[in-house]
Parts: sequence; structure tokens; C-alpha cells
Amino acid sequence: MPQSRFPTRQPDPEPGTPGLRAGAPVADVAPPAMAVSSASAPDDVLARAQAGDHLAFAQLYSLHKRRIYSLCLRMVGNIAEAEDLTQEAFLQLHRKIATFRGDSAFSTWLHRLAINVVLMQLRKKGLSLISLDEAMEPAPEERPGRSFGAPDLTLSGAIDRLALQKAIDDLPAGYRLIFVLHDIEGYEHNEIAAMLECSIGNSKSQLHKARLKLREALRMHTQEGGRR
Amino acid sequence: MTEHANGLSCAAFQAQLPELIGSGENVAGHPHLKDCELCRALLADLETIAEAARQLFPIVEPPDELWEQIESKIKLEEGSGNLG
Repeated sequence: MPQSRFPTRQPDPEPGTPGLRAGAPVADVAPPAMAVSSASAPDDVLARAQAGDHLAFAQLYSLHKRRIYSLCLRMVGNIAEAEDLTQEAFLQLHRKIATFRGDSAFSTWLHRLAINVVLMQLRKKGLSLISLDEAMEPAPEERPGRSFGAPDLTLSGAIDRLALQKAIDDLPAGYRLIFVLHDIEGYEHNEIAAMLECSIGNSKSQLHKARLKLREALRMHTQEGGRR
Repeated sequence: MTEHANGLSCAAFQAQLPELIGSGENVAGHPHLKDCELCRALLADLETIAEAARQLFPIVEPPDELWEQIESKIKLEEGSGNLG
């Protein structure tokens, strides 16, 4: 019997840090402008940054900037906000780096720190996942069952990437957040629930609703395309 | 909503779906799906969306000026003794 194709993996480790995946391309690890020399392993860079070495901190930025910026961009879907959040994440990192004790991989710790920065920002903007969930509860006639169309209206495995990207961008903030954390970043529901201070059931339910919304948007896109 | 031979309507199955998917179980083996084409199509679509989304987002480079901004803020914070 085939296994579920829904993601259940843990977040990938950051390239260029302890836990680096074998075969990760060097270009992904250290861009030429701030390349870490072979004599300066990431562990050493981290230790020096923790000791207050500015150059080492700059190297850490260079190593992690792309993953953190991309994460922020996925979570908020807005370039200017993603830049601000990346900046805030690295400022927080600079303030807190000495407290990193190595209980987890540095990349995991930094990833989590960045997520917390994004969540704090979203909360400041008034995002409440639970109230959002209630507010977004569809009217009876809009519930998922209604979207059950004839089999010829299913997505049939071929998804327009641009349409999916737009559909994700158009998701309400709370839905997008959970969708990105679970389906793209690979966090489990219990981790998301802890991060977002909501119940595991709420996380599962919001993710499901997010996917249903995406399906509806993609089907609309397909139907519109078919009418052209 | 149709009630199927297995006694579970589509609405009832859908209500369970977030929990079933979230538990990591093999939902495709659920008895309701054996004779419900519409729910099978729904599940297939949701899986396809999840799979497509994982491949969607590239790793992107922030603008070069971002480091300059961060660096100057760090200097400001250090200058004012505000280290968090």
C-alpha cells in the first residue's frame, strides 16, 4: 500500500553548519564575497562570533543569510517585510549568540530564532491564529464538501507553479504561516503548536483548511484557463 | 453528501481528514476511500499540492545592502551599550 505523500520530515539542517548534508553545493554555503576559508571551519567561525569577533559574525551572516531571508520571504510573502525581518533576526542573533550552548545544531537554533522574530512581528500586527481560524470558518455552503466537483475537475497531478505560488501568497496570514511551517519547512504539528501557542488540533485543522483553499484556487485557475 | 457502504458519509470522512493526515497514517488505505471516488480525488489533490509546494520555493539571495544595514545597527547598539 502506498505511503502518504504528505510531508512528515524534520527541517533540513542549514548548509555550512554542523549537520551539513553531504553533497550540498559549495555555492550554497559560502558566496564568494565572504567565503569561509578552508582554515576556518564553521565551528570555528561560530566560536569566534560568540567571542565577539565581528568578521566571524559577518561570515555567519554570509553562510546563513539566504536560508533565513528565504524563510522570512516564504512566511510573510513580501520582499520589504522579509528584508526587515531578516535584519531583525540577525540583530537578535548578534544579541543572543553567546547564549547558544550547542544543544541543537546552530542552524536549527537560528532557524527557530528567525521564526520567532517573524511570529512576534505578525502578532504585533494583530494576527491571532485562533481568532483568525474562527473568523475564517467558512459558511456552511462554502464548506469543503461543496468543492467536491466531478472527477474531471481534479488537479490531476499537473499544477501550474505560478498559480500555486500566487495561491499561497493569497492565503490569509495564519493559514500561510502553518502551511509554510509544515509543508515547506517540515515542522511537525506538535512543534508548530508550541511555536504558535495553539493546540495541535488547531494546527492540523488550519493546515487542512489552507490546503483546501489552495485546491479551490487552483481549480478556479484551471477552470478559467479552460474557458479561455 | 453521500453515505457509503462503509457507513461513513463524505462529510464525516472530511471532518476526520485533518486528524488522519496529521497523524501520518496512510490515509489512502482508509475504508471510506475504497468506494468514494470524490474523496479519493480530494486526497490526491491535497497530496499533489503539498508535494508541489515543497518544490516551489527557491533559496533566494537578500540584497547586498542588507548586511550594511545590519552592520550599522550592530555598531549603533554596541555604541549605546544596548546588547539585548
